[in-house]
Amino acid sequence: MRTTTRNSAFWRGARDGAPFLLVIVPFAVLFGVVATEAGLSIAETMGFTVLVIAGAAQFTAVQLLSENAPVWVVLATSLAVNLRMAMYSAALTPHLGAAPLWQRALVAYFNVDQSFATASLQYEREPEMPVASKVAYFLGTVSHIAPMWYLFTWLGGVAGAAIPPGFALDFALPITFLALVAPALRTLAHVAAALVAVTVALLAAGLPPGSGILLAGVFGMLAGAEVERRRGLGR
Amino acid sequence: MTVSAGTIWTVILLLAAGTFLIRFSFLGIVGNRKLPEWLLRHLRYTPVAFLPAIAAPLVLWPAATDGVPDPARLAAAAVTVALGLWTRNVLLAVVAGLTVLFIGLALLPS
Repeated sequence: MRTTTRNSAFWRGARDGAPFLLVIVPFAVLFGVVATEAGLSIAETMGFTVLVIAGAAQFTAVQLLSENAPVWVVLATSLAVNLRMAMYSAALTPHLGAAPLWQRALVAYFNVDQSFATASLQYEREPEMPVASKVAYFLGTVSHIAPMWYLFTWLGGVAGAAIPPGFALDFALPITFLALVAPALRTLAHVAAALVAVTVALLAAGLPPGSGILLAGVFGMLAGAEVERRRGLGR
Repeated sequence: MTVSAGTIWTVILLLAAGTFLIRFSFLGIVGNRKLPEWLLRHLRYTPVAFLPAIAAPLVLWPAATDGVPDPARLAAAAVTVALGLWTRNVLLAVVAGLTVLFIGLALLPS
């Protein structure tokens, strides 16, 4: 019975995460192309994709490396781009904190924008899910995304610059994020969080890469929490 | 690229370790201890705050057009949000947004 529940949670995660393949595949191809065009070998390109597994930070690192930035600048900037994931980690903790350490480590490795977005929204919809099912659901969301991320980075690296720029690969990411957030704007607090975050992100666009997003995210969270404190969690 | 392979691998390994530690941070250290209510209240809004914050500059100032606002991309973003709000269906919103994007790019060469 338990196994059945866990299995079905895994498959539900896989189904809910599937739309992200539309983003991950072009994004992976793009990284493969950009990295090898910048002069990275296939092994180095795959090193980024498998070990770092964080698209935006990988693009940042390759960009700065090709500008011959010092190693510490490359690292500091790319890690700043990833700092939002500390928030993801914190947000998952109430749901997955009771899982065994190795499972939490596995979840941490796979804690990317797409899996976090899918899973955190699911946990908010069904907070009463058992911990084992929540872990299974999380791993389900990356069961196709992660292998496709590796595979298509490699294909992009091998295929090189054969992809015409008219395909607008750059826009797959924002489209998917917006498609994901819009249905989640269920209360005034959620709307306030999103609007404040967008406003700050646009105002802070001139700041070093990643820091504007971090600032915007924090202000958005403050706005959402404040509205909720005043009005309660009503619809 | 004039950077040596040693430097590139240094960046890859340190970035991988740093990224993992960021992702593991709270999950690993806090574990099953209860987080205070005020913190949970803020964490509830992490996805709806961070995801649009990442998307908004990309929508308004796409790197592909050197940061010049692009009508096709703006229309695609608007349709995606509208359909997402209206139907609450993620996949439908993605497909509609990409359809508008490709039609827009074909009709409005930037």
